[in-house]
Amino acid sequence: MGGIELLTITVLAVFVGFEVVSKVSSILHTPLMSGANAIHGIILVGAITVAGQATDGWVLVVALLAVVLATANLVGGFVVTDRMLEMFRGRRAAARDGEAK
Amino acid sequence: MTLLDPTWTALLYLVAAVCFILALKGLSSPKHARRGNLVGAFGALVALVTVFLSSRLENIPWILAAMVVGSAVAAPVARRVKMTQMPQLVAMFNGVGGGAAALVALLELPHADDGWLRLAIVFTLLVGAVSFAGSAVTFGKLQELMTTRPVVFAGLPVLMGVVLLGAVGTAGFVIATGSLGLAVSLLVVGLVAGVLLVLPVGGADVPIVISLLNAFTGLAVAASGLVLGNVLLVVAGTLVGASGTILTRLMAAAMGRRVSGIMFGAFRGGSTAGSTVASERPVRSSSAEDVAILLGYAQRVIIVPGYGLAVAQGQHTAAELAQALEARGTDVEFAIHPVAGRMPGHMNVLLAEANVPYESLKEMGEVNGEFKQADVALVVGANDVVNPAAKTTPGSPIYGMPILEAGEARQVVFLKRSMRPGFAGIENDLLYEPQTTLLFGDAKESLTKVLTALKAL
Repeated sequence: MGGIELLTITVLAVFVGFEVVSKVSSILHTPLMSGANAIHGIILVGAITVAGQATDGWVLVVALLAVVLATANLVGGFVVTDRMLEMFRGRRAAARDGEAK
Repeated sequence: MTLLDPTWTALLYLVAAVCFILALKGLSSPKHARRGNLVGAFGALVALVTVFLSSRLENIPWILAAMVVGSAVAAPVARRVKMTQMPQLVAMFNGVGGGAAALVALLELPHADDGWLRLAIVFTLLVGAVSFAGSAVTFGKLQELMTTRPVVFAGLPVLMGVVLLGAVGTAGFVIATGSLGLAVSLLVVGLVAGVLLVLPVGGADVPIVISLLNAFTGLAVAASGLVLGNVLLVVAGTLVGASGTILTRLMAAAMGRRVSGIMFGAFRGGSTAGSTVASERPVRSSSAEDVAILLGYAQRVIIVPGYGLAVAQGQHTAAELAQALEARGTDVEFAIHPVAGRMPGHMNVLLAEANVPYESLKEMGEVNGEFKQADVALVVGANDVVNPAAKTTPGSPIYGMPILEAGEARQVVFLKRSMRPGFAGIENDLLYEPQTTLLFGDAKESLTKVLTALKAL
């Protein structure tokens, strides 16, 4: 893909990002941050690509380090966001839980 | 031969990108947020399967082993972390992402023969390294492995200037020559810059730093997408960059300050360091029983929680108190200041953990008009966010910060540890007002006492 196409996509993504995120409820700012965090863990795709093309030993070592870091970011980010969001419950769900206890 | 041709690869990456957008969109209401996050995780899975199927990769056993290691480290931590420690964890995950982006860029340098590509590489390298080191220092501050006060020393601005100049110079040489050795030194310079950037930031400003570094990592990932020609990385990184930018601005606005003032305020000596000396003016302190009576016979109570509540792990007791009051027919709401806690929206997470339904969590703009109708404003472990000096005293460090108008309520009850001023170190005149009552002690213990007294009414 050419540079200009990538630039086009980048600029459009900026607008999508601002549009979507400005609608996020302020109650959920922490999950937003950790969710966004998880999303940038997708750098794992880049790390895997680089590691998969490595022919030198040291390149492989550095690339694998990047894979470890990126996986920790991706997996940890989604897990912790899920845990947080699980706790946000409406009045009805909370009441149901209260009775169950 | 690979299993997926480029068209299918591009389509699957598009699916993943849409999943990420839906994940963020889901957060517009707590109702669908969890499902949105799962959609995001599904998108990540699609992307990972795609990368394995779309290009001929060597070293696959090694890569899989590295992924197992990364998951094995992160997942248990993510599952077990206490909600009060959430900011540290988010800072750490953010940092490792930035580090990964920087390493990917470093390894791509030998393949980049174009000046623009090298520009994207040095950008990723530098911003990723700043994010990694900055997040590490933030983690240290939040975990209290180091002082939470701003660290400032003579010559810091000069040193920062030298480092930045060094970074720009080295970056220029890397772009011109493509030298790997210079790129490694650029990485080191970036790490130093990250440390210097966060050291002078005071503890109260950490929410802003976390969101800023989040935006940095997003930008680094987007730039690495340009380097690798991978649209998914570009889109995902840009989304994160946008979210981090918006949050940073929201947080700064909620503190009535400019982002530049927070990041570089300490350089000029205008940071959040204040006095910690208590004043000698008289206050009205009271017993838990009196507070219980005040609350028990009120029609409307608004609870203003602050970080003191979280530190004392008192969010569950606060929730119980709210339940007990509601059982008596009192209308209870929680008024949440945007910067209450140690990261944006932190207080909401802590109260959600304590089973407070999200309908009871009110934002500042929503709740401020309601204090006038409230019989009691119960301020638990908060101080600066209700300090009228933000509106009345132009010289005050918090002047201009939007506050919760707790002083408008008929009665104000503060649960406070002591008369020591809050994080910003500014005296709070509301404490000395005639309608104000104070109950001294640990937030959780005080709440427990009030709860017991309330049940005995």
